[in-house]
Amino acid sequence: MERVAIIGVSQTKYTQNNPLSFAELVYQVTTAALEDAGITISDIDNVVSVSSDFWDGRTISSMAISDASGAYGKDITTVEGDGTFGALYGLMRTLSGSFDTTLVVAHHKGTESNMRGITNTAFDPLVERKLGLDAISSAALQARRYMTKYGLKEEQFALVSVKNHGNAMRNPLALFPMEITVEDVMNSRRIADPLKLLDCSPVTDGAAAVILATEHAAKKLVPPQKCVWVKGVGHCADAFRLGDRDLADTRALTAAAKRAYSMAGIQDPGREIDLAEVYDAFSYMETLWLEGLGICPEGMACEHLERGRFDFTGPLPVNPSGGRLSSHPVQVAGLAELVECVLQLRGEAGDRQVEGARTALAHGVNGMCGQSHCVWILGK
Amino acid sequence: MSDWKKSVTPMVFPGKIAVPYTWTVGSTLSKFYCELRDNGKIWANKCPSCGTVFVPPKVKCINCYRDPNIWVELPGTGTVESYTIVRYEEPTLHPRKAPFVYGLIKMDGADTCMVHFIDEIEPEKVKVGMRVEAVFSENREGNILDISHFRPIK
Repeated sequence: MERVAIIGVSQTKYTQNNPLSFAELVYQVTTAALEDAGITISDIDNVVSVSSDFWDGRTISSMAISDASGAYGKDITTVEGDGTFGALYGLMRTLSGSFDTTLVVAHHKGTESNMRGITNTAFDPLVERKLGLDAISSAALQARRYMTKYGLKEEQFALVSVKNHGNAMRNPLALFPMEITVEDVMNSRRIADPLKLLDCSPVTDGAAAVILATEHAAKKLVPPQKCVWVKGVGHCADAFRLGDRDLADTRALTAAAKRAYSMAGIQDPGREIDLAEVYDAFSYMETLWLEGLGICPEGMACEHLERGRFDFTGPLPVNPSGGRLSSHPVQVAGLAELVECVLQLRGEAGDRQVEGARTALAHGVNGMCGQSHCVWILGK
Repeated sequence: MSDWKKSVTPMVFPGKIAVPYTWTVGSTLSKFYCELRDNGKIWANKCPSCGTVFVPPKVKCINCYRDPNIWVELPGTGTVESYTIVRYEEPTLHPRKAPFVYGLIKMDGADTCMVHFIDEIEPEKVKVGMRVEAVFSENREGNILDISHFRPIK
């Protein structure tokens, strides 16, 4: 298989009530990604946009931002899901032999709508939707199931929020950089027990873009130091309905991770990965997913977190960007993780730079309570 | 250019999308809802290959992709596998006023859980492992709210 590089990246500052329109956001990150790569729109062969019609409040949302993404006269297609899945489709199109370069661009303005109403519509209208479930209440069911299965405490999840909001202090793009304590999380407003306000990620606006290129195109278009290589990708889905799976069982993520590690030649992910951006839409998810990723044994991630293993200065920094707990533009989020990993591997991550980063992991989620997962391994 | 933007309020167009749908329930879930509505019974279906019993019933077994064509009546009791106390109001979504409890209930006679309300108990007293039973609505219309809620078995 031909190698594929990420040759250009960009992301907006993550905010609420962003005054730019969808198209303006897409213009901004597309232009900035092209500038980052040092190429022009004529070097882009095709575009994958990432958005959700329900979040945008209009159908065929890819068509509405097609000219903003420079797709006029080109092939454009859309992924309605997390940005890691959009990038996965972009990778496949790049590898298909039809396109040398692919722009993947995601936009999201959650603050323009109602998160609970939107995420309620993700549930089956024939069964659970009438109960009023949404992203928060379903996550709360998962959090308690995870606590029950492994005897975990709310204070342990609170530590994820403390770490990630603290990491965001080093990221000028993050929405909520905060120095907080476990007590602050525990005393924050109860939303859906066991989740408190500071266990939940904030509704966020933003956009991100990455440019993928085949090895031969990358070598022609950009200097070698710009290239970050796709080493491995894996993805896998679990059952749709919450009650059809054990919410504390991460079998789909484990399968996705195994595929990515095998493709990347990784034997011992806990030692070989230098940093990970993990989908922490809620505090407990970070530790649950770290177990699914095989970075810790099942039920052990909270203990490893308490020992400092995932701190910014620890042996395996997790979410050095501040994670989704600090800025959560849905759909953009996984693409932003890839952008973060690229900056880290290029040594361009500023104050949040993880020293000597050579292998990075990005993990995205689609569906309620992590129904499906996409795992990326990037390297120099 | 950036300065004047700070002194003005961005222009926004408020909007709302209300589009009607008539979602077809399909033969599998129709049977489930007819039994609920007409007889106040909860039925599940079982995969002939792996034996997994699904409630609400599935069109295909998620493990084997076989038709779970063996129908099984459930006793309507179960065990709380997880729960949450919802503290926020969302009147257009929630059929209850907060605080209320959602339970993930492992149904007796089935291998899957149902999500539903747990009532007739103070929210703070709900526990994982608690035994519960379904309470049916008086006026049943053939949907998931024909089960009014689950309550602790006394």
